[in-house]
Amino acid sequence: MQSRREFVKEMVAGAAVLGAGTNFAWGQGRTAKSKVVIVRDAKLRTPGPAPDEKRVAALLDHAMQTYFNAQNSLQPWKQIVRPGQVVSLKLNSMGGRAISPSVALVAAICERLQQAGIKAGDIIVWDRGSRELESAGFKLSNAPGAVRFIGSDTAGYEDASVSYGSVTTRLAKILAQSDVLINLPVLKSHNLAGVTMAMKNMYGVINNPSSLHGAACNPYLADLNMIPQIRQKVRFVVGDLKTAVYEGGPSYRPEYSWNEDGLLVGEDRVAIDTISAQMIERKRAEKGLNTLAQKGTPTSFLATAADAQHRLGTNDPARIALIEQRIA
Amino acid sequence: MKMRIQRNRLIAIAALLTVVVMAGVGCKKKIADPFPASGVVAGWEKSGKTQTFDAANLYEYIDGGAEQYISAGVVGVATSDYKFQGSVEATVDVYTMKAADGAKTIFEADPATSDSKSVQLGDAARLYGQSVVFRKGSYLVRITAFDAVPGGGNALLALAHGVEGRL
Repeated sequence: MQSRREFVKEMVAGAAVLGAGTNFAWGQGRTAKSKVVIVRDAKLRTPGPAPDEKRVAALLDHAMQTYFNAQNSLQPWKQIVRPGQVVSLKLNSMGGRAISPSVALVAAICERLQQAGIKAGDIIVWDRGSRELESAGFKLSNAPGAVRFIGSDTAGYEDASVSYGSVTTRLAKILAQSDVLINLPVLKSHNLAGVTMAMKNMYGVINNPSSLHGAACNPYLADLNMIPQIRQKVRFVVGDLKTAVYEGGPSYRPEYSWNEDGLLVGEDRVAIDTISAQMIERKRAEKGLNTLAQKGTPTSFLATAADAQHRLGTNDPARIALIEQRIA
Repeated sequence: MKMRIQRNRLIAIAALLTVVVMAGVGCKKKIADPFPASGVVAGWEKSGKTQTFDAANLYEYIDGGAEQYISAGVVGVATSDYKFQGSVEATVDVYTMKAADGAKTIFEADPATSDSKSVQLGDAARLYGQSVVFRKGSYLVRITAFDAVPGGGNALLALAHGVEGRL
């Protein structure tokens, strides 16, 4: 399927160089803005529970090529990974099949990674819990030579602790084994942090997430993402926007869900979460709900993540180039 | 003499089993077994094992969502998957709170939606397009379908009544 642009919306204003220490240099083109690409496909769904596999793959290619200004579907992946690397895909599957990165999306990414030179046995699809992966529709497998699907509850955590600021934790062994981590979150409200998308998904790579939930997860979220293994290994974010939750998250709440039927891709985790928070706020306003801050779940972690001590990315909408496209 | 020894042995085994069973459910003495067996409610099949989480490890089940329940005094949750007519998957969560006030707090925290309606079930209940939530005493029950359920609300309510009758 050859996709066509129905519309392009690009916010371009001002210019600013993102802070040193950030690692989102690819795909930024000539702008100094953080690029975030959202591509939607109204025909993504099938009569059954799973999305259309071919359209998911086409959506992924379209989003990646748009982000990287690439002429083919392999070029983006060759900029993210190199042959010989161990690449892991960290999912957010705790909400079950209805609000998890789809099997079709994961399959499409695994295929592109292998076409880019990554051996199947060097790809790990994982999440915090094996039960969560299974409930999201993934079959657990640790067979050598094939893509592995495992939970951290099986693979375990490093013995040594790591720290940054308010956070002291033990990292998942899978993270330690990975050269590159691709972050696959889903968009949900969060009854503490306000929104869970890119940064919050990293709570699933540590052994003690429950200890980092106070004070709207602030400054824990920013501090956690500053831990070098997380900051440096997370090279790209592919958010599955097929379904999103605007209230009652992070659990799946069909009564507070909407169909976004798209993908969001980018590198700047703060910009991605800023756009994500805006999407949730818009939907809440549309539904007559109060703002996240009024509800007592402010997304204060975004400002912390962008401040001079963290510089993980930008939360300034004027410094975010949001590109929205729709596949016909 | 021999019979007395055998009787004492049986008593000891029974006591041990009781301890094991209690341990197996995490000593959640207040968590009932509220799940109707397959076929008890027309069209519904219990498709998964019952899992339990207490307040200390609730985050393993609902991550950051746990805080809201802990603040309201959750003792634990028992959860099981179901299938309707062999296809549509649903999850039944039965939260046991320390007191009825806790269940009320959680129930009332959910804003109504334009397509939701109050229904007669337990102490209070609300039916949505793909889910039903009700409270009864110190229990808060949430039934969530992952797709549209054939028969819609009636099928969800039937399962909810099946659970409610066991609380």
